Amino acid sequence: MTNTFSLAAITFDWRPIVPLLIVALGAIIVLLAGVKVDDRESEGLGWLSLLTIAIAFCTALAIPGNQQISFGGALVADGYTAFFYLTILFAAAIIVLMSLDYVAEEGLPGGEYYSLVLFATAGMMLMAAAGDLIIVFIGLETMSISVYILAGLARTSPRSNEASLKYFLLGAFSTGFLLYGIALIYGATGTIKLHALSTLATGVPAPMLLIGVGMLLIGFGFKIAAVPFHMWTPDVYEGAPTSITAFMAVGVKLAAFAAFVRVFLVHLLGVQTDWSMVLWVLAVLTMTTGNIVALMQTNLKRMLAYSAIAHAGYILVAMTAGTSIAGAAVLYYLLGYAFTNLGAFAVIIALSRRGHPHELISDLRGLGTREPALAAAMAIMLFSLTGIPPLAGFVGKFSVFSAALNQGYVALVVIAVVNSVVSAYYYLRPVVAMYTDEGGAEVVALSSRPALIAAIAIAVIATIAIGVYPQPYMNASTSAFASALSKPPLATTASLRP
Amino acid sequence: MPLWLFIFLAALAIIGAAGVVLQRHPVHSLLSLVMTLVVIAVLFIGLGAATVGFLQMIVYAGAIMVLFLFVIWLLNLQSQPLEPGHLALKFLGSLGSAALIAELLLFVVHPPPAITQNRAVAMDFGSIGRLAQSLFTDYLIAFEATSVLLLVGVIGGVALARRTTAGGGGAPGGTP
Repeated sequence: MTNTFSLAAITFDWRPIVPLLIVALGAIIVLLAGVKVDDRESEGLGWLSLLTIAIAFCTALAIPGNQQISFGGALVADGYTAFFYLTILFAAAIIVLMSLDYVAEEGLPGGEYYSLVLFATAGMMLMAAAGDLIIVFIGLETMSISVYILAGLARTSPRSNEASLKYFLLGAFSTGFLLYGIALIYGATGTIKLHALSTLATGVPAPMLLIGVGMLLIGFGFKIAAVPFHMWTPDVYEGAPTSITAFMAVGVKLAAFAAFVRVFLVHLLGVQTDWSMVLWVLAVLTMTTGNIVALMQTNLKRMLAYSAIAHAGYILVAMTAGTSIAGAAVLYYLLGYAFTNLGAFAVIIALSRRGHPHELISDLRGLGTREPALAAAMAIMLFSLTGIPPLAGFVGKFSVFSAALNQGYVALVVIAVVNSVVSAYYYLRPVVAMYTDEGGAEVVALSSRPALIAAIAIAVIATIAIGVYPQPYMNASTSAFASALSKPPLATTASLRP
Repeated sequence: MPLWLFIFLAALAIIGAAGVVLQRHPVHSLLSLVMTLVVIAVLFIGLGAATVGFLQMIVYAGAIMVLFLFVIWLLNLQSQPLEPGHLALKFLGSLGSAALIAELLLFVVHPPPAITQNRAVAMDFGSIGRLAQSLFTDYLIAFEATSVLLLVGVIGGVALARRTTAGGGGAPGGTP
């Protein structure tokens, strides 16, 4: 045996793995350090996590823009991987910032909390860098199981327990679909490597392949909360600790779309005619259900849950088009969506105090006079979610819709625009409440929560910057998606055994 | 493996699987499951995948089934008369099974090319050396990432099942 074994077969490229290793190592260190830390004084663990994320962010900058295959095709180092590494790490950093005071105040177990946030981040990065379907699956599970636990960490709260159990049961069910889909694709083509799949899954596909792709679609549909796989979303978003809700709305979506877009828009283009119609229907259902049900919500977290469903629908509009312009539009949209949602959830955390979550829209009443800065931040986030120029949400929607229009999906874009108009009603309702009504919830002095202010400020600046001056971010999205589409260097392709 | 042996083993596996559903006592169901798993292990060995066969026998038929047995004993489950069950659930269950059978038949009638081609396998196919080689080259990242996944599972078990002190949540982390 020894004579046939050679390390050269692995094709080492350390660059995509180093940020992952740092995050996982940091998670273990935080977990060990957490044993000695009181739950009411867990800020130190948060700073340690932030340091880990910062180091990983710096090493992620070294990932090359042109495509390199690493570890025999298991990981891909390209601009696409780098784009999602950086976005996911940035989002995780803001999550940690907004958790610093919140976790200590709520008395959540600090060691477990921060280490699981880091483990989930590692899982998300694994999904973004995945070069084969097994890695997609393991990354997805690492992320999902961490988030199931995080959702239930407030163990004395029945709502948190319900959220965790519901998310776990439905998540495990959906993972079954994903795994079965992967097995069927392997049965039909004999490979789970994405690069080999893109050459094998072409022409008239075998029924086994199509059923496998359909199962994969259901599995991803659950994670991005597309209708009709969205039933868990509102209860889980409402019940989980608010910082974790933000993590689910942003991090989980980023990672799920990273893998979803890479598998479908890059490697399953050969059978695009078979799945684009399904995505069309999913997009319409998702947008419409999300927006219409959001109209009736009185709880802010629930409203943002339905808004997150609707936004997944807008992204599916671009994915239906399936072009490289559409892929770039999805990446840009996700960037804007991430910062906007992080900001909105950070404001909800700012409203809360121990034992009083203050999550109702009526709690926002009169915020404009009592805390003008906080109210302005919330208003900017809601305007961006509505898609009002010049904020990130507007440019995102514009690029997503125009990508679909380019491919002639006129009806789809009309439905999307109508949906977008409907959504203005529920996004503007809290704004009206903030500036015209009186008598909402009292806010804890913001000056006692500097980290939270920093998180909100970063989110606001990013939302405005991405919207006002979109060109560099658009270019980054375009080149990231283009590098995912490019073929890997010939020398390494040859070593990819199907 | 001769055809008659395969048919005999396959029939045993199906009888075992049916037993899991039909037996009233949980321990009897469990033993039926053990029978199915052991027979499948023998089928693996018959196909030349000796390592997978033995792993199946040690891990699934052995370790995991013993764990199941402990859970049944700890919860003190008795034989229970089968609940009549909701009609809607029965309907959904039958629909699911029918879909799976239809799918299986479809694949038998239209097998994808990757299955019908006869592929030459290496001499050491199914040996532990070959398994180790692919585990530590092609699937190295998957193998290592799985260990992180398992660690997360352990943390979750401890974090969610840990006993709380009175008042809840205020205790320092790590107290038993």
